Amino acid sequence: MDQPMSAVVICKDLRKRYDSKKKGVDALNGLNLEIREGECFGLLGPNGAGKTTTVEILEGLIRPTSGHVEVLSRQWNGRDDTAIRQRIGISLQETRLKDKLTVFETLVLFRSFYDVGRDPEVVLEMVQLQEKRNSWVVKLSGGQRQRLAVACALVGDPELLFLDEPTTGLDPQSRRDLWEIIRDQQTRSRTTVLTTHYMDEAERLCDRVAVVDHGKVIALGTPSELIAKLGGDHIIEFDLAAGEGAAPDIESLSGLPEVSTARVGSDGYLLTVTKPHIALPALIAQLESQNHELARLSTRHVSLEDVFVTLTGRHLDDDEVSPA
Amino acid sequence: MTKYHPLRQLFLARLRTFYREPDAMFWTYGFPLILTVGLGIAFRNRPPEKIVIDIADSPRAVEVKTALDADERFKVNICGTDECADRLRLGKTTIIVELGEEYAYRYDPTRPESHLAHISLDDALQKLAGRADAIDTKNVEITEPGARYIDFLVPGLLGMNLLGGGLWGVGFVITDMRVKKLLRRLLATPMSKSHFLLSLVGGRLVFMIPEILVLLGAGWLIFDMPIRGSVFAIVVLCLIGAISFAGIGLLVASRADKIETIAGLTNLVMLPMWLFSGIFFSHDRFPEAFQPFILALPLTQLNDALRAVILEGQSLFEQGVPILVISTWGAVAFALSLKWFRWT
Ligand SMILES: Nc1ncnc2c1ncn2[C@@H]1O[C@H](COP(=O)(O)OP(=O)(O)OP(=O)(O)O)[C@@H](O)[C@H]1O
Ligand SMILES: [Mg+2]
Repeated sequence: MDQPMSAVVICKDLRKRYDSKKKGVDALNGLNLEIREGECFGLLGPNGAGKTTTVEILEGLIRPTSGHVEVLSRQWNGRDDTAIRQRIGISLQETRLKDKLTVFETLVLFRSFYDVGRDPEVVLEMVQLQEKRNSWVVKLSGGQRQRLAVACALVGDPELLFLDEPTTGLDPQSRRDLWEIIRDQQTRSRTTVLTTHYMDEAERLCDRVAVVDHGKVIALGTPSELIAKLGGDHIIEFDLAAGEGAAPDIESLSGLPEVSTARVGSDGYLLTVTKPHIALPALIAQLESQNHELARLSTRHVSLEDVFVTLTGRHLDDDEVSPA
Repeated sequence: MTKYHPLRQLFLARLRTFYREPDAMFWTYGFPLILTVGLGIAFRNRPPEKIVIDIADSPRAVEVKTALDADERFKVNICGTDECADRLRLGKTTIIVELGEEYAYRYDPTRPESHLAHISLDDALQKLAGRADAIDTKNVEITEPGARYIDFLVPGLLGMNLLGGGLWGVGFVITDMRVKKLLRRLLATPMSKSHFLLSLVGGRLVFMIPEILVLLGAGWLIFDMPIRGSVFAIVVLCLIGAISFAGIGLLVASRADKIETIAGLTNLVMLPMWLFSGIFFSHDRFPEAFQPFILALPLTQLNDALRAVILEGQSLFEQGVPILVISTWGAVAFALSLKWFRWT
């Protein structure tokens, strides 16, 4: 990291329109990104936000309707494609491999396409599939297939690794194994582009995160920068027992000391606070004076999920389609 | 580097996915073998069937029937005039003879078996009436391998199998990989596209060898089929056929992105050739006007050339026209698929 960090991925004003018979879908509406060498970059967003579309354009699998894309200082123009492919590794959101090849045969096949790369045995160990070495792909579980897909991305020892929802469907141990792989990329100054729905994952792994919604980047920064934008790093969540009295109004809640924002969530109230030890007693005092009884109360650190909800008013696992 | 040669690995992957698929193995090797043995047995040469003759009932009928029964070529019935007419109309008998002052034969001369019955019956009755042979004759009977149905059939089945191999083994395999998004995953690697296509065509050439062995072996071992031409010539013809049909398979799969599409296109290509190219019966049976079209089909040329080499012992050099026609089809198909082919 002693060199100045250069951009490995640049895209400017990326647009993608899927034309279908009934109506076109604008998947990307002017998306801009710059991903630097050696970082782990996270793309976050709800279903249908355009994450996969973005990643597949960067991977040269989809042509954008318009916009400028540069990957490893080259462009997808037909001439440079193979040169780019030699240096990137790809795990698609849904990877199908040949059913009747074994895990190891699949890895050797993928290894053979790259001029330089890793020993398939080593990659097998990285994704903890040694036991399944000689099993046919068709006989693997969903999570094992997902790990094999990641292994196929790693076998060319890529400078730039694209992982589209690599941990979806993995058990906790396999998720941690995968995080190890991504950290290993980071320590070797290799770049990873990751899409995920898991906030904790993005917070743990990503140097920078772009929140994507409706085909645009709506927030960009380090996880802590984004969290700081909320004006506090703690959340108090509480709910009231059903009972007499009018619900407390948001105005008065946000007026409490050290509370920066207050809102009603799907199952109770959420307050963003800077100092919970001051805000909490004040909150309880106010609720008591108004004769409200607490059904539930908890405090936690702010997460990217909170950032996302604050930015869009929707949860990350909500579908993009919302009643207009 | 050499340890992981991509062409070698792609080729190995193709071989493995083939022999690990029992269905593909059956349709490539088992089915043609069953077809050969089944048809060979069903259409084996049998002694000629007896000629059925009806005698219209009359005083002399029994006497003539007894005399004709001594001739093992005939099966004779006596029945009333109306009943005889019905039987002739329904094809239960081939000829009716009415024994009067003069003998009257009733038959349909356009039916080959009736025509034959007329000649044989007249000859027998004339002899009974006392006609003598003008010259002495003797018969030398020959039933030779090479002229039987099974001998005609095996080269045709070989050609048909090579056609099917190209369409299923290349066209269907590619479409299946496209549908399952496997082609897309491979495209995301630096894999060379020509390596990929070469591995498919190479696979076809390897799978072809057991195809030839199974079919010719069955014909030779079970039915004592002659192989008069050189094995080299047969292999070269099969090779040219297999490559050209692989090209046609590739062309058909250029754009197909649904299994239904490739199945339909495959049938569209195969059915006319199954019908016209002389697999089960000679294409000479179609009217003269059809022949230019039939002869332009690659499978017709392959089947004709295979029969000429296997059954007549012709050399490879005499197969110039077939080889030209077959390879033109292959070259055009490859050229068009290079233009039209879509990876995703
Ligand atoms: N092939 C396609 N044809 C038509 N529309 C498409 C196609 N692929 C994606 N879309 C649309 O483009 C939009 C973005 O899809 P994309 O797959 O990029 O979302 P995503 O952010 O990856 O979602 P997820 O989290 O569910 O994976 C969606 O509205 C989707 O319906
Ligand atoms: Mg996606």
